[in-house]
Amino acid sequence: MIWQPVLLSIKVALASLIFVFLFGVSFAYAMRKWDFPGKAAIEALFALPLVLPPVVTGFLLLILIGKQGPIGCFLSETFDLRIIFTPYAAVLAGTVVAFPLMYQSTKAAFLAIDSDLEDAARTLGAGEWRVFWTVTVPLAWHGVVSGLVLSFARALGEFGATIMVAGNIPGKTQTIPLAIYFAAESNDLSQAGFYVLVISLLTFSMIWGLNLWSRIKKEPNYQKGALR
Amino acid sequence: MLSVDIVKHLPDFQLKIQFSMESDVLVLFGPSGCGKTTTLRCIAGLLEPDAGRIVYGDQVFHDSTQKVFIPPRDRHIGYMFQDYALFPHMNVQKNIWYGVRRQTSDTMLMYEKLLSLLKIEHLTQRYTDRLSGGEKQRIALARALMAKPRLLLLDEPLSSLDLDTRLELQQELKEMQQLWNIPFILVTHDPEEAKAMGTQVFFIEKGRQVERPDFL
Repeated sequence: MIWQPVLLSIKVALASLIFVFLFGVSFAYAMRKWDFPGKAAIEALFALPLVLPPVVTGFLLLILIGKQGPIGCFLSETFDLRIIFTPYAAVLAGTVVAFPLMYQSTKAAFLAIDSDLEDAARTLGAGEWRVFWTVTVPLAWHGVVSGLVLSFARALGEFGATIMVAGNIPGKTQTIPLAIYFAAESNDLSQAGFYVLVISLLTFSMIWGLNLWSRIKKEPNYQKGALR
Repeated sequence: MLSVDIVKHLPDFQLKIQFSMESDVLVLFGPSGCGKTTTLRCIAGLLEPDAGRIVYGDQVFHDSTQKVFIPPRDRHIGYMFQDYALFPHMNVQKNIWYGVRRQTSDTMLMYEKLLSLLKIEHLTQRYTDRLSGGEKQRIALARALMAKPRLLLLDEPLSSLDLDTRLELQQELKEMQQLWNIPFILVTHDPEEAKAMGTQVFFIEKGRQVERPDFL
């Protein structure tokens, strides 16, 4: 079925997004809050999937989760679970390559917050959890949403790492980029062109929507009720 | 009352300060960068002193030898920040209610009372970017008092206001202090303000308490 890769891509990207959100926000928060030796090295490690060729990221993941790899062995021995060459591996690849975008975007937004605002909430009796959800996150919301949109688009378009760890199993792990590559390779240009169109429209509309949203958000929202 | 005896290492010098508050209004006075704000932040629990003790009434807020540190949320100390730190994503009403855990008829009454005393009834639906400096100051005061603090710390509360507003608010602060009947600790680098506000004035220079300067 022609829509199969499209649906799979969206599912994989959405699943990646959940992990990217959890890890991106918590690491960004932790790195802002605490200083520790080796922080710069960890920062660099977090940015690595952004600058490494995705195929290299994929290779490293393959080493980790492959049958002989440490994580692969652990999962198969303890849970009888194999994720290599399954859609889960595609989710893993999407998560890893999209993570730096979420992390950077959220961290920049967190750093831009005036820490006096969080301190004010603390002196008003708020615990850390309440400070986080009522002050930190709402003020960083713009960065969080941008990070999510970029991460989704990135996970949707992931090719190099995905093919290394999830392979190209039509109907099972074949996402849009893989479908494009293999359609083009077997000279089926109309099918490849169809997928190109679909993924271009999807990503374009997301980025466009984000830009529109941030423009609306920036302008009149905070003045509701003020201009009477 | 409050007694403070703390040491905190700052990048340029060591803050070493010791006082006990005897009156209703204490002014910490000194040039900028002398450690006044650091002292306030230590009292509020936003910073942890490197050594020493902070005790309020019979409650120990901080004691480095016994490893006691009460977090700010459990100290019930109000804090007015220099730039007021009003939440920009909430309107005035939500700002003022932030420190109230449960809304009761008492808190409702207190809210109404604060609005009318501070003459801010007409501002409740506004967001902070549509407020003047004086309005922000009043709202920050209302927000701090709504949380029922046992002590209020004010960091340069009037420094960013023009002269007329400053004099008006100085008077207002004094009235609120008497009305609420809780001690205020106020930080300023303005000698006039120190004189006008404080019944007890401490002069701080480079992290140390020094003798009264001539003008006081």
